Amino acid sequence: MSAPFYVSPEQLMKDRADYARKGIARGRSNVVLQYQDGILFVAENTSKALHKISEVYDRIAFAAVGRYNEFENLRVAGVRLADLTGYTYDRRDVTGRTIANAYAQTLGAIFSGAGEKPYEVEIVVAEVGDTADGDTIYRLTYDGSVAEEHDYVAMGGQAEHITGVLRERYEEGASLAAALHLAVSALSQQPDGESRELAADQLEVAALDRTRGRRAFRRFVGPQLTALLAQGAGAQ
Amino acid sequence: MASATDGFGRLPEAFHQPGVHSFTDFLSMHAPDLLPGRRAAALSGPVGGQGAPLEVPHGTTIVAVTFNGGVVMAGDRRATMGNIIAQRDIEKVFQADEHSCVGIAGTAGIAIELVRLFQVELEHYEKLQGATLSLEGKANRLSMMIRSNLPMAMQGLAVVPLYAGYDLLVADPAGAGRIFSFDVTGGRYEEHSFHAVGSGSMFARGALKKFFREDFTRDDAVRACVEALYDAADDDSATGGPDLTRRIFPVVVSCTVEGFSRVPEDALGELVGRVVEDRMNRPGGPAARL
Repeated sequence: MSAPFYVSPEQLMKDRADYARKGIARGRSNVVLQYQDGILFVAENTSKALHKISEVYDRIAFAAVGRYNEFENLRVAGVRLADLTGYTYDRRDVTGRTIANAYAQTLGAIFSGAGEKPYEVEIVVAEVGDTADGDTIYRLTYDGSVAEEHDYVAMGGQAEHITGVLRERYEEGASLAAALHLAVSALSQQPDGESRELAADQLEVAALDRTRGRRAFRRFVGPQLTALLAQGAGAQ
Repeated sequence: MASATDGFGRLPEAFHQPGVHSFTDFLSMHAPDLLPGRRAAALSGPVGGQGAPLEVPHGTTIVAVTFNGGVVMAGDRRATMGNIIAQRDIEKVFQADEHSCVGIAGTAGIAIELVRLFQVELEHYEKLQGATLSLEGKANRLSMMIRSNLPMAMQGLAVVPLYAGYDLLVADPAGAGRIFSFDVTGGRYEEHSFHAVGSGSMFARGALKKFFREDFTRDDAVRACVEALYDAADDDSATGGPDLTRRIFPVVVSCTVEGFSRVPEDALGELVGRVVEDRMNRPGGPAARL
């Protein structure tokens, strides 16, 4: 019987991180940014049924990139946790932090557990406040680390490049159409400088709109989305 | 409540279980103590000892009337505890989801808990599945919840809801307002045109039988509900009539294709004022045409 090879913990974690990072880099990107009335989510997604952006609770939404089955599993767990907390205590007691913490713990446990492969996902949990100062955006990575972000976040294969575009052009308090225009043009720019055309049917767009009452989450689809895209492009 | 995390701080297995779209089913896996029906096992025999019913608040009369384009539901504001008025401004009609409402009669504490669970149940399904349940699907879900409360009902803590909503799958708006009634065993019955539940329901139903017309508008249906509740309060001591001194009026809601809405307090106050004024001249209410 031969002795198992020794692998240093550093190497083991690095291999797992590389594995997760590669998986995420293959996927299409996702942009989350603050606008005048809340938080806007824009994903490149040709599917009408398999969402990358979803409602979690009254003022909390979820956006993800990576493997669908893995982030869908986390999304369902988040909705269950939110509904359970809201049912046990009160609706106001459910916060984005509760959800982000649970995700961080779960992703961290999966990443460092030897029995499972790491999840190839990156997640944003965003909560809209009564004012723009109250908005919170948490970004979670495959290893369970959490970062609180401000203004904008990009995830997925082209994340670094998109973040660069957003850093240059992001303005606080933009209108919905202007924010959407910025997000779409950031998503459509390739690292080599080329720009693709992203049509309405290649995009999944949703927002947490603080003016909407109890359930802030709304999707933009069909003619409404087309009109919004045209409005944003026209204003530029 | 069971702990939300276990092991290495990670969410427990139940949170990751695929194929479970119901919040109630999730609770039964993860935190069964939170389900209203589960407590029955702890009780034995009639609550409060032999023959003496437990003194807890009871909700009384709920009415619902369909009209061309939807359905209106209304409930009086009284909760009684034996001969005592436990609360004079209780609300017993709730929004269930975007296009439906639920009113409750029976043991108020359990009924309100059941409604909360039902609201979460509908929204939970909607979020997980990305689609709303059919109106029948929602009514069936409610009937299952009532069935799980059967042991409590046998011990005197019955809940009898009335469920109504606008059915988006019905093409003709004239028939889209639908009403479902339930019995304590979870039996679900679709009612036509109008229905009432609770202690004053026979008087309210008698009144609605005379008021109801096929060509009702929303305003007509609202008025019919207010009149029917007045008649119920007239003959049933457990049903509260409109309280003009404290300005406590029935809760009146409607479900149409645009969704759920509650009749605003000031519009209702005006309507109640008219109803009471008409009754000054004719205490029995409007005369039916023969």
